[in-house]
Parts: sequence; structure tokens; C-alpha cells
Amino acid sequence: MSARFAIAIAWTAAILAAAFLLLPLAVIAAASFSPTPVFDLPITGASLRWYGRIGSLDGFWPALGLSLMIACVATVVSLILGTVAAIAIAQGRMPGAEAISTALVAPLMLPGLVLGIALLNYFRALGLTATTTSLLLAHLIITLPYVARTMIAGLARFDFTLIEAARTLGCSWHQAILKVMVPALAPSYLTAALFSFLASFDNYPVSIFLTDARTKTLPIKMLQYIDEAPDPTIAALSTLILLATILLLFVSDRVVGLHRMAGTGE
Amino acid sequence: MTTPTAAPRRVPKLGRERLAAVGFALPALVVLMALFVAPLAVLFAASMRGPDGPTLDHYGRLLGSATYLGVIWNSVKLALETTTIALIVGYPAAFAIGRARGALRSLLLASLFLPLAASVIVKAFAWTILLRSDGLVNLAMMALGLTQAPVRLIFTETALIAGSVNIFLPYMILPIYTVVAQFDRRLVEAAATLGASPVEAFLRVVVPLTLPGVIAGVALVFSLSVSAYVVPTLLIGERYQTLTTLIAKAYLLAQQPEFGAAAGVVLLLIAVVVVTLSARFGRPVRGRS
Repeated sequence: MSARFAIAIAWTAAILAAAFLLLPLAVIAAASFSPTPVFDLPITGASLRWYGRIGSLDGFWPALGLSLMIACVATVVSLILGTVAAIAIAQGRMPGAEAISTALVAPLMLPGLVLGIALLNYFRALGLTATTTSLLLAHLIITLPYVARTMIAGLARFDFTLIEAARTLGCSWHQAILKVMVPALAPSYLTAALFSFLASFDNYPVSIFLTDARTKTLPIKMLQYIDEAPDPTIAALSTLILLATILLLFVSDRVVGLHRMAGTGE
Repeated sequence: MTTPTAAPRRVPKLGRERLAAVGFALPALVVLMALFVAPLAVLFAASMRGPDGPTLDHYGRLLGSATYLGVIWNSVKLALETTTIALIVGYPAAFAIGRARGALRSLLLASLFLPLAASVIVKAFAWTILLRSDGLVNLAMMALGLTQAPVRLIFTETALIAGSVNIFLPYMILPIYTVVAQFDRRLVEAAATLGASPVEAFLRVVVPLTLPGVIAGVALVFSLSVSAYVVPTLLIGERYQTLTTLIAKAYLLAQQPEFGAAAGVVLLLIAVVVVTLSARFGRPVRGRS
């Protein structure tokens, strides 16, 4: 009886939580089709005109380009550095492997804003004033912990003797790594890349201290649009970003499975 | 077939191989030192920079004033409230998701991942629309007869907490879900067989086994919400200061980087204390499993 009651509570909580979490996303999507400049309720019609205006938002294209470039470069560099480090850690041949893996993930625990002001002070002290370079370096340390965490976990499950087995069966080192290690690690790579890309693309609290009047990333530009003129154009832009995210998640679910990305390792 | 292949790995290897392993980890460690450790050291130094040598004046200004203590308390209170509500909702929800199978599980997990992957700015913006005087929340409350006239919601603490819980709830559910999904349900049956009532079984079997997930979730949600910046900026505005808005103001408007650095160090210490405590409490249980 009380067990059944507990199950009922659990399901109610799960459904309410899901609805609560999806509510703002639904609101943004609905607002993007608003026929009027203010999001009137009840909805009186639908219009696509706000989507047409995204491109003419002041400074939109450079901001999008900068954000995409930074997220891609930071993710690729982090994937390389993170994987190589994770291999060293997973093989357990290194002194202090445990401490190193903790250290590599540590920046995740640091409040983003603190990292932002720390980097600002640091770059000023070094005399580094080039905005794009500062942003790239900052986003490298934003993304590296995500990659390190996922790749260390992924490689901990990888059996390195498989590579030796492939070698015994006549594969070259190249072939052994390409045919054995890369496919086995593909899910970890995808997960790491996804988290890393999104962490960079969405970052506000670090970037805000490193941008200047002319060089702004998309999140900073978006907050500025919301402050200045919160019309449905921002909602339309948000909806498009959301659709791209859904697509990414859908592909990840097909390839990796969301339950595995949640960390159950099933 | 049964050759033990794992054993040789633990045997101390040649120095050259160890060196190679260190070489593999080196690039990441260099990045970590250059872009994480060194900047933090510079931040500490900046927080103690005075006109004539190192000083603790900036900390004194921050911790010696009722106004600024109130600002710190605002941050801690927001984090405590967010964490508590997220735990109350997230714990049972994680159980249901852990029990779900197939398409339903995918759907519920997607409802966690999608908001998680969506931009914080987008979600906070949505809440400003939801909570307007002619927004959905007010319309619903009026339709239900809860209120006659629209209530002011945006730029209140209620708005701040609603938005904060909304944005950080997945970070509570996911770690608990991870533990629940690996949870052996036969243990509860065993407890029942041994004469435990459902409440006893829950308190003595389920709670201890899910504790690592709860501790991880609490630590994550607390440290994320105490350092949230976009949420207070959009949902409560200028009137209500938190440590993060104070730091941003010190750097971006007031040009008082030393004071901002001191506030940043305080925020960092709060987050470090919470994470360290959670690691301390989380370890014994995790070690056993």
C-alpha cells in the first residue's frame, strides 16, 4: 500500500519535473511565432516574420561566426589533449595518475565567473590584449575538463590488451588503433565533443570579461538584445538554436543512447 | 585461454615507458597550469593588492560591512533554497526515471537533456516572458481564481528561485538517476523478507545506497546556483545583489578589480567548501559499492 503510494509520488514528481523543465522551451518556441511584437496571450495567430529578421539583428553574423569558431577550435584541441592525457592515466603507468585526473576535472567545480575574472587579471598581467586569442585560450580551459572527465571514464572501461591482441593478429599500430580503439571510444568521443561544444557555445560568465566592444560571442550578444529590445526575434533565434540542439541530441541518442550519456554505463 | 593478461600492467615498467606516459599527460597539464592554476594565483594576488604592498583591506571591506554580508547571504540563501527544492522534486523523479524503460525512459531523459543542452540565457529569457504581469503564470493563476488581478512576479525572489530551480534541477536528477539505475531492487525485497517495513527498508536500504547520488547532486546544484550569474541578472535585476552580480559590477562598471577579486575568492571558497564536504561524505559509501 505505502509502496504503491511512493511509486505514485515518484511518477507524479517525474512528470511534473519533465513538464516544468520543458515549459520555458515551449514558451520560447510559441513566442517565436507571435504575430505581434509583444508576446500576447492568448495566441491569436502565427507568423514567421521574426525568423526573417534574425539575420538583420545588429552584429548577429560576426557573433555567431565567432562563437562557432571558438567552440569548434576549443573542442578539437581539448579532444586531442584530453584523450592523450586520458590514455596516459588509464594505462596506469604514470606516477600520480589519480591526482592528475582529479586536477584535470577540477576547473568544472570552479564558478564560471571566478574563472572569468581570474583569466581577465591574468591576461592583463601578461599583456595579452587580443580578444579572440584570450577567448580561445579561456574556452580551452572551459572545455578541457568536460573532455577529460568523459575520456578518462571511457578509457577506464577500454581493455588495452585488445590492441596487443590486434597486433598479434597482424595489424600494424595504426590499424590496431584505427580498427580497435577508435570504434570502442567513438561513443565517449561523441559525448565529450557534445558537452564540450555546448559548454563553449553557451558560455556567458567567462566570455563577458574577455570580450570588447567589437568582438562579442553570441551569448553576450543575445543578452544584450534581450536587454535592449526583447522582441520575438530573440525567441526565433533561440528556437533555431534549440532545434539544432535537438538534432544534436537526437543523433547522439541514435549513436550512443541518452541513458549511457547520463552515465549509467549500461 | 586463461592466461592472466591484466597482471603485468601493475608491475613497475621501465622508466622509459613511465616517461612516455608523463609525456602524454604533459600537454593537458601545461594547459591546466597556464590557464587555471596561474590565473587563480594571479586572482589571489590581485585580491590582496594595495597601494603600498599586500593588504587584506578588500576582504575587510567585504566582510566588515552589513550590506556586503547581506549580498553573500543572498547568494547562499538562493543556493540553499534551490538545492532544497531540487532535492525534494528530483529525488522521487529520479526513481521514476530509473524505473522507466524503453521509449518512456528516452522521453524522460530527453526532458532532462534538452533543457540542459539549451542555453541558460534562452531559459532565463523564457521565464521573463512566463512571469510577466500578462504572462502565462498570471493568466493561469487568475483562471484558477488564485488571484483577482495580475501579481507582480518578475523581479521578485519567487521568480529568481523558480528560474534557478528550473535551470539546475537536471543536475540534481541525473546523479541520483545514475545511482538508481544501477540499484539492485532485490535488496529492498531482501529487507522486506527480513521483516523490515517499507519505511524501514527505505530508510535503511534505499537512502544509504542512493546517498552518493544525492550528495553529488546537492554539491552540483549548490555550487552551480551559488555561482549563477545570468539567472539573477535577468530575473531579479539591479535591486537584488548576489556575490556574482557584485563581482561583475566591480569589474565591468566600478573598475574595482581588487575588490571584485576578493569577492571572487570568497565565492570560490564557498564552492570549494561545498565540493570538499561532499567528497568527504560521499566517499565512504562509494568506496563500499
